[in-house]
Amino acid sequence: MTAVVRDPVTADPAPIPPSRPTAGPSRHRFRAAAGFAFGAALLFAVAPLALSDFRLSLLAKYLCVAMVAVGIGLAWGRGGMLTLGQGVFFGLGGYAMAMHLKLADAGPGNMPDFMLLYGQLDELPLWWRPFASPWFALPATVLLPMAVAFVLGSLVFRRRVRGAYFAILSQALAAAMVILLIGQQGTTGGTNGLTDIQGFFGYDLDDPVNQRMVYFIIAGTLLALLALARHLIQSRYGELLVAVRDSEERVRFLGYDPATVKLVAYVVAAGMAGLAGALFVPAVGIISPALIGIVPSIEFVIGVAVGGRATLLGPVLGAVAVAWARTALSERFPGTWTYLQGLLFVVVVAFLPGGLASLVGLARRRDDGAARPRRFGRLRLRRREESA
Amino acid sequence: MTLIRGRRILAGAMTLVAAAALAACGSKTTDGNTSAGVAADVSGDTVKVGLLNSLSGTMAISEVTVRDSIMLAIEEINAAGGVLGKKIEPVGEDGASDWPTFAEKAEKLIREDRVAAVFGCWTSASRKAVKPVFEKNKALLFYPVQYEGLEQSPYIFYTGATTNQQIVPGLDYLKAQGAKSLYLVGSDYVFPRTANKIIKAYAEANGMKVLGEDYAPLGSTEFGTITNKVKSSGADAVFNTLNGDSNVAFFKEYKSAGLTAATMPVVSVSIAEEEVKSIGTQYLEGQLTAWNYYQTTPGAANEKFVAAYKAKYGADKPTSDPMEAAYVSVYLWKAMVEKAGAFDVEKVREAADGITFEAPEGLVTVDGATQHIAKTARVGKVGADGLITEVWNSGEPITPDPYLKSYPWAGGLS
Amino acid sequence: MTVLFGQLFTGVSIGAVLLLIALGLALTFGQMGVINMAHGEFIMAGAYTTYVLQQVITAAGWSLLVALPVAFVVAGAMGVLLEFLLIRRLYARPLDTLLVTWGVSLILQQLARDIFGSPNVQTRAPELLTGNIGLPGGITVANNRLFILALAGGAVVALTVALRFTPLGRRIRAVVQNRDLAAVSGIATARVDRMTFFIGSGLAGIAGVALTLLGPIGPTMGTNLIIDAFLVVVVGGIGQLKGTVIVAFALGVLQAAGEYLTTLSVAKVMVFIAIVAFLQWRPQGMFTLRTRSLA
Repeated sequence: MTAVVRDPVTADPAPIPPSRPTAGPSRHRFRAAAGFAFGAALLFAVAPLALSDFRLSLLAKYLCVAMVAVGIGLAWGRGGMLTLGQGVFFGLGGYAMAMHLKLADAGPGNMPDFMLLYGQLDELPLWWRPFASPWFALPATVLLPMAVAFVLGSLVFRRRVRGAYFAILSQALAAAMVILLIGQQGTTGGTNGLTDIQGFFGYDLDDPVNQRMVYFIIAGTLLALLALARHLIQSRYGELLVAVRDSEERVRFLGYDPATVKLVAYVVAAGMAGLAGALFVPAVGIISPALIGIVPSIEFVIGVAVGGRATLLGPVLGAVAVAWARTALSERFPGTWTYLQGLLFVVVVAFLPGGLASLVGLARRRDDGAARPRRFGRLRLRRREESA
Repeated sequence: MTLIRGRRILAGAMTLVAAAALAACGSKTTDGNTSAGVAADVSGDTVKVGLLNSLSGTMAISEVTVRDSIMLAIEEINAAGGVLGKKIEPVGEDGASDWPTFAEKAEKLIREDRVAAVFGCWTSASRKAVKPVFEKNKALLFYPVQYEGLEQSPYIFYTGATTNQQIVPGLDYLKAQGAKSLYLVGSDYVFPRTANKIIKAYAEANGMKVLGEDYAPLGSTEFGTITNKVKSSGADAVFNTLNGDSNVAFFKEYKSAGLTAATMPVVSVSIAEEEVKSIGTQYLEGQLTAWNYYQTTPGAANEKFVAAYKAKYGADKPTSDPMEAAYVSVYLWKAMVEKAGAFDVEKVREAADGITFEAPEGLVTVDGATQHIAKTARVGKVGADGLITEVWNSGEPITPDPYLKSYPWAGGLS
Repeated sequence: MTVLFGQLFTGVSIGAVLLLIALGLALTFGQMGVINMAHGEFIMAGAYTTYVLQQVITAAGWSLLVALPVAFVVAGAMGVLLEFLLIRRLYARPLDTLLVTWGVSLILQQLARDIFGSPNVQTRAPELLTGNIGLPGGITVANNRLFILALAGGAVVALTVALRFTPLGRRIRAVVQNRDLAAVSGIATARVDRMTFFIGSGLAGIAGVALTLLGPIGPTMGTNLIIDAFLVVVVGGIGQLKGTVIVAFALGVLQAAGEYLTTLSVAKVMVFIAIVAFLQWRPQGMFTLRTRSLA
């Protein structure tokens, strides 16, 4: 850890090299398979048995946040794109799902309750109509965020808007999205958002048994997303992504198009956030602008930073730990949580940029007896690229 | 099986597990009667109640004062022997100005702490977020803030004003003063938009003109354009449903544009004594507010309330309408429980109709049908000392009518 | 006509507020590539300074005048402290600075809540600044807005003069243009960085004093404006002040026009779309300093 802090070059920007196997590949795969099995056992067997219904529903909520974190880990930890607007994609997915469930609750031909109250509309707005069909709404929860990310990303990355510029722009996007949603109260529910969701494809969400089912779906999806992220990271594309993070120019000189490489990670991260939002809706029963603005968007990032942005599991564990700490602490000391959250940002990002995973990594390195070679080149170019 | 394929096999296995879980656990019931509700825990010699307010975030400004006055009422009741011989044990939670957090904490209070009733929430959004939680668990919420009406949940008691107890009387007052045209300014959320819909319907039926309607995003502090529009409209009065910080910026801008209470009065429905303090009388003096209670409202009950509040929290702390409604809500719950002779939610609800209480604002009566309370409307004027003094009241408590059914002009609203 | 002029003036004065906030950001972002999310809390510090001073000096006019230099020093000192404790360790990681300073801003907001309480506090404005000046044709111009316009103008002029003619200004420009060469030429770049941070944060303090005339004074007052100010810096381009000045006023007028023609919400979204479109055209902002670094 001290080495990380002292050496500004290796500390930049995600100082922890991807954990690639030093031992033989088969041993590594075995470890991964065992890890997934362990995770599955924990989520599917231990948690449901050990936790009350209420705590299990909280865990479901945390796991949704963790899904967003997997995406951020990919885009930011691996790709160097600090996206402060993941809430937008989370919201798109959540609203797409909630719109469908509201329409299903209302029954065919009817309008959702809030529209009658606030909208004074005679009929369902045109852009709501496709969401009545699950065959449209379900894919939309993932594809809609991906499409928005694709359009925005291809505009922005091609023009080489990056670093802080990209971060600020993504943050402004979150702000704009919230304002837009709030302004259309009659058709989006305004600040209230879409609330009071009763059913989930015919299953009554008030029933604790069905709540459990939703939890299982969320846990399964999270594991699947982790498998996908691992697949991407381990692939040739994953190496290219890290290369782009560390030196976009060199990758360009090697004949690749960094914009495309970044776009893929950004779009995948958006899809993951969308899926998380979609599953958040049946788990919590509400989606509102308060969940997708600037502050929640940046809060998605903190868990990733705490866990270890460039690792596979770090973001997930970090996100769950931070969300849990928030619930636990705010029950007792409301003001203290704000201090602690601020301190977490400061201490982890400034002094432990690899997150808690880097502590684990250090310990393991000592076990191996030899420092792992740094796989990706040291560059001094970084600084100018970021600030220019 | 070779290890190389391990990953894919696992992914497949997970899908299977998920599918199995779905098939095994899902119980396809749609009648909605599957959850019986969680009975409150009254086995000990105390009874728990939940307090659900934002202690952090943007809404903390207002909600902390509500929490304070609820605590005051609980202390008073405990000092006088409690409810049905049991002392009240408050369990506080922080809603953190975040609606899903409100829902989460409500669920925790009901299911983990097993409270007999919950007091709190401020914004409509937070109430909408917790409403399904209370209905699902068949638990009670006492909501102490004036709101936009058009709601009636069997598990919520609304102790603040609904629209016909605040906005409509405010309009009646303006009409009596001879206002012929209005300009509507509000924050962009549910209450102002709904309130303005009602105002427009009222204006149309009463020969008043609405010259403009503008919304500022919540938290917005830039009012140059809106003030410009208001000024050039030449309206007789402004009806203001802005919320929180925006009021400060709006009134500073209003004054520097040369508009005053004498030339174009502003009637506000979200500015109470607490807000007057943070905006400054320099900008507010002479402007109007519509509420059901002011710190200056006469009566022994109010003198006692104000004195107790200041003794507990400091002489410089004003009391306001939502604080009073929150204070009253605890006493109303106590009266309902005592009439029912039990803490059981359904029995408490049955006992609610007709319960009266000599509140600081005057006599209030619970209307069992709507679960709102009848209260007296009062229009007040901000004085140089920062207090609001009454210039008009409705004379008698107004029966709550959340859907404005008894007003013919409001036909198309709900 | 009256309305048109009124809106134009509103736009210009929105621009002036943005400019006051963005100036300090442009300075630190231009020189060090640092995105300081705690800038908004330095604005808050400036506003609370005005409030505290008014408890001591009761005459509103004098307390406001005294508050300007005091707030500059208070916010500047906070900036230097932040630079010294955290930011200088992070110059190689600009994105991480953004997150760290966001954490700092959370802490400062909560600190303000604990010291001054959650409710907004009020300051009295001098009577002179609450009125307006009537021009022929029924046009009125608010005095507080004029004051802020003058303040922003004064800040730009002072900063330009300082950058162009003082030894410190020359050093700052040298570091902005080529840090390594400046260091080789014997400029203590670390000290220059610290001075830049002092001035940049101090300007936020002044913005805070100005904002007491317009809006609420509370723990979260800085957060509302900071994103807009960042957009001004990003679109204006770095390394030169003229971009920031032009873009601040352009955005202000655009915003005011949008607000008048549509609604406040739509205007905000419009401005955002305009910014994305603009960055398509000039990804490095309106003006860029030509350097030989790869970009």
